[in-house]
Amino acid sequence: MSEPVLEVEDLRVDLRTPRGTAHVVNGLSYTVGRGETVAVVGESGSGKSVSVLALLGLLPSRTATVTGRAALQGEDLLTMSKNRLREVRGPGVGMVFQDPMTSLNPVLTIGRQLAEAVRAHGESSKAAARERAVDLLREVGLPDPDRAVDRYPHQLSGGMRQRVIIAIALANSPALLIADEATTALDVTVQAQIIELVDRLQEDHGTGVVWITHDLGVVAGIADRVLVMYGGRCVEDGTVDDVLERPAHPYTRGLLGALPDLAEETGDGEVPDLATVPGVPPPPTDLPEGCVFWPRCPVRSDPRCETEQPPLDLVGGPLLTKGDGLPHRAATWCREGDDRWT
Amino acid sequence: MDLTKRAEPERDVLVSARGLEVHFPIRGSGFRRRPIGAVRAVDGVDLDVYRGETLGLVGESGCGKSTLGNALLRLVPPTGGRVTFDGIDVTALDRRRLRELRRRAGMVFQDPFASLDPRRTVAQTVSEPLEVHGLAGDRRERAARVGELLELVGLDPAVAGRYPHEFSGGQRQRVGIARALAGEPDFLVCDEAIASLDVSVQAQVLNLLRRLQRQLGLTLLFVSHDLSAVRHISDRIAVMYLGRIVEVGPAAAVAGDPQMPYTRALLSAVPVPHPELERSRQRVVLGGDVPSPAAVPSGCRFRTRCPDVFEPCPDVDPALQPVGSAPGHLAACHLHGVVGTPVAAEADGAADRPPRAATGSAAR
Amino acid sequence: MTGQPYPEPAASPTATEAGREPSLRPARPRWRETLGLLARNPTAAGAATVLVLVALVAVFDQQLAPEGPNEISVEDRLQPPSTEHWFGTDDLGRDVLSRIILGASVSLRVGFTAVGIALVVGTLIGLLAGYYGKWVDDVLMRFMDVIFAFPAVLLAIAVLAVRGPGPTNTAIAIAVVYVPIFARVTRASVLGVREEVYVRASRSVGASDLRLLTRHILPNAAPPIIVQTSISLAFAVLAEAALSFLGLGTQPPNPSWGLMLAEGRGYIELAWWIAFFPGMAIFLVVLCFNLLGDGLRDVLDPRQRTAMGGGR
Ligand SMILES: Nc1ncnc2c1ncn2[C@@H]1O[C@H](COP(=O)(O)OP(=O)(O)OP(=O)(O)O)[C@@H](O)[C@H]1O
Ligand SMILES: Nc1ncnc2c1ncn2[C@@H]1O[C@H](COP(=O)(O)OP(=O)(O)OP(=O)(O)O)[C@@H](O)[C@H]1O
Ligand code: SF4
Ligand SMILES: [Mg+2]
Ligand SMILES: [Mg+2]
Repeated sequence: MSEPVLEVEDLRVDLRTPRGTAHVVNGLSYTVGRGETVAVVGESGSGKSVSVLALLGLLPSRTATVTGRAALQGEDLLTMSKNRLREVRGPGVGMVFQDPMTSLNPVLTIGRQLAEAVRAHGESSKAAARERAVDLLREVGLPDPDRAVDRYPHQLSGGMRQRVIIAIALANSPALLIADEATTALDVTVQAQIIELVDRLQEDHGTGVVWITHDLGVVAGIADRVLVMYGGRCVEDGTVDDVLERPAHPYTRGLLGALPDLAEETGDGEVPDLATVPGVPPPPTDLPEGCVFWPRCPVRSDPRCETEQPPLDLVGGPLLTKGDGLPHRAATWCREGDDRWT
Repeated sequence: MDLTKRAEPERDVLVSARGLEVHFPIRGSGFRRRPIGAVRAVDGVDLDVYRGETLGLVGESGCGKSTLGNALLRLVPPTGGRVTFDGIDVTALDRRRLRELRRRAGMVFQDPFASLDPRRTVAQTVSEPLEVHGLAGDRRERAARVGELLELVGLDPAVAGRYPHEFSGGQRQRVGIARALAGEPDFLVCDEAIASLDVSVQAQVLNLLRRLQRQLGLTLLFVSHDLSAVRHISDRIAVMYLGRIVEVGPAAAVAGDPQMPYTRALLSAVPVPHPELERSRQRVVLGGDVPSPAAVPSGCRFRTRCPDVFEPCPDVDPALQPVGSAPGHLAACHLHGVVGTPVAAEADGAADRPPRAATGSAAR
Repeated sequence: MTGQPYPEPAASPTATEAGREPSLRPARPRWRETLGLLARNPTAAGAATVLVLVALVAVFDQQLAPEGPNEISVEDRLQPPSTEHWFGTDDLGRDVLSRIILGASVSLRVGFTAVGIALVVGTLIGLLAGYYGKWVDDVLMRFMDVIFAFPAVLLAIAVLAVRGPGPTNTAIAIAVVYVPIFARVTRASVLGVREEVYVRASRSVGASDLRLLTRHILPNAAPPIIVQTSISLAFAVLAEAALSFLGLGTQPPNPSWGLMLAEGRGYIELAWWIAFFPGMAIFLVVLCFNLLGDGLRDVLDPRQRTAMGGGR
């Protein structure tokens, strides 16, 4: 692999809150190669959004402490000046934020907002920007883009708004695309369309993608690698096949077990309740010692669970995983009944 | 025009829509901002929701699911057709009776971050319906009732004094559900109620909804694009395309034996969480642009993207007809016999066609 | 209702246990919490203290002023600040400190009344225009545009010409000028809030327009209005000065800060203190209003009050 698009090393984010310091991201490391897709999954509140907001300097600077290293094509994002960061967003990094309602200005037409994104990075004339805006809307599959540009966000359906936001992120064919729950509001056919669009972008421009989602079906379809987060840590990572088909961490297993199945046989009898992971995640101000997952873990058996943080160990070395030889790692003491651990 | 009578024993209908239309005017940019067209968000929907069932509503983004849900509760005014709730015509209610409808029918919104007023405590939010409808007399009683509601949805009543930003997405969605339940409704519309929750919380909310339904005898309209979740929770599933219901029937039949090409495409696009399966999955890829609800194709509105399109499709607007083997399974597609309203020769552009309810059809 | 009655909540002894009874109120009474938070915000608390002191001075002006406002003494003309006359004397030998103390009530009353009227009327108009939209919006906002199009001073002069000078009429004149500003600020803010999902959610449970407007839309649209209020208070004090300077506001020899500032202008090289101290008084009050406004805006936002909990 050539030089990675994004290289994150030991990223830590602390947020000062009146209730104490919240350790939201605790030592996260990953790389995204050219044209590669890394899916980030994990519990709500596990720090997925914060970890990417930190990369772009979008956390409140008064309360957030960000340490570590995050290189975008070799340039450290965390020590970058504000001006340089602004230049980098757009052509360098496109970001789709999680909160579609607040990412669009309710009193401006979507055409204006798109044109702004286009014009901020080059495209000079108003008319050209508008044309480009229409093209972008067509690419994300918005019906009737010529008319749609003149509408206000509240006149669009949830999924249409989401596509506008995606169009803004893709406006400048960025080197890195960060998509935070980008297709959550979309139906499966449009979702497939967006995924294809991103695929094409990756092929044409070698865009690296960080895709945050809780739809494991999407992960299975698009990801090269998966990173599972819990309590601000990476608890498991590896190729998509390893993580989804052969999960090693009890949390990942619980996650996969909670999915409803389309093919499920209902018949006339009672449908069984879905399996859930009982309990709630720990507040980031008060993380447990030891394994972050142990208070909710259904299989905790090792005495170290409650006292010692499990390292991110290889689940079978790179030699054992087939294909591209990417390692499969998990941070858990619970290795019983799993003979892959070396 | 009871579409189901023939195929199924009579069932108790709670909410019913006939020829329901919601058209949003598109205004010109001139000084008077005259309407120059209309977005036909809901365009002739016939739908029955039976008492005590969960009806799943799926469909493409922008096809009018939310608008339909809102129109059933008269949160957007219908521009045509009729909605009845427990036999009462919803489209012609005075203020007082509209308020009563608001009590009896609730809504859970998609975005738990946006649907709670950030400046009001959880208790104030949940007690709003109680105050509005004068339920639960004084403040003490109200407080007690709020506590009960919070317990019902699995929240600790002690959190009542907190503000929404102190909760996680799943917890907020529970608050939203508690608010919707406060008026003791018969009918609940859940508009993408789980879309923004993470998987394990989704499972919790799905379980909660099912439990509440059993416990309270609720009728649910569950709008979602997560077909697996819809399949899991629903008794029946309705599929919507471009403002119209195109297939409806028992969940197992619609999901297991889809009869309309769009439904097939939709089902084949559901990603599965198994990488190898996912890579080898046969998808029905829909070609063509998504038509705009402001310029609906003539005849079958799916014909511009349908893989099976044949001669009658542009000329005859298909009506729902019994299909498949399961009773109550209906689809609007000519592959099962050409039934429906012929497109009038002169109205070629289709945009100005009168609603189809005007003419009869072989099926009825 | 036709369904089954609601069951008792699943065995819930905890819900009614003493001390855990849920309350509809925020955990602590809101105003006390607000005051508490304000107290913890040193700038805002300081500003509030200063304003309270100024208000006290305005109320007890007769007792506090060392001399009468209009006691002319020719031999004490244009005295610089000294132990006898802390802020010096003006061209007629009147004690500047006394006149500032006695002018406080006029300045503050005009400021508060003007902004109060403009706030109520303007916010109401903006609220209705923004919420109902369509022709209501068109009619109200075109009307506001018309008022806005007049030069402010001209408008105020017209009002005063019709109603005659005096503090109350000065306040009304200033208010007329500010109404469109409040209407615009409010409308813009309401337009954003109106489309929020929580507003629709409230409507879905049957909340009336009045309830939506007062409980949901106004509180959430308030922050820019609060900021506008503090800015306008500042400008109203200055506007009163301008009108007095034109001879339309406070009538000499009665003191008001604006008038004193205007009168002292001519002596700025000879006796700086005549204009300086009233100017400082205006500056101090204006600054404090602004600081207090900023503090209030933060404190009234529940998101600022408590830590971010779960979720986001
Ligand atoms: N501005 C902030 N101030 C204080 N704490 C915050 C702030 N933003 C986020 N947090 C906290 O940081 C933690 C991680 O939040 P984050 O939004 O990254 O979660 P997430 O993994 O994206 O979850 P979700 O799947 O729900 O989006 C949460 O516990 C949240 O409460
Ligand atoms: N207030 C409005 N004014 C004009 N058009 C509107 C308005 N609300 C919705 N529409 C249009 O109506 C159509 C249907 O919207 P609706 O929100 O019902 O879609 P949906 O099926 O819920 O989609 P999604 O799955 O994306 O939420 C869309 O084309 C949308 O642009
Ligand atoms: S009626 Fe024709 S176009 Fe429509 S779904 Fe059936 S085959 Fe396709
Ligand atoms: Mg997030
Ligand atoms: Mg919707």
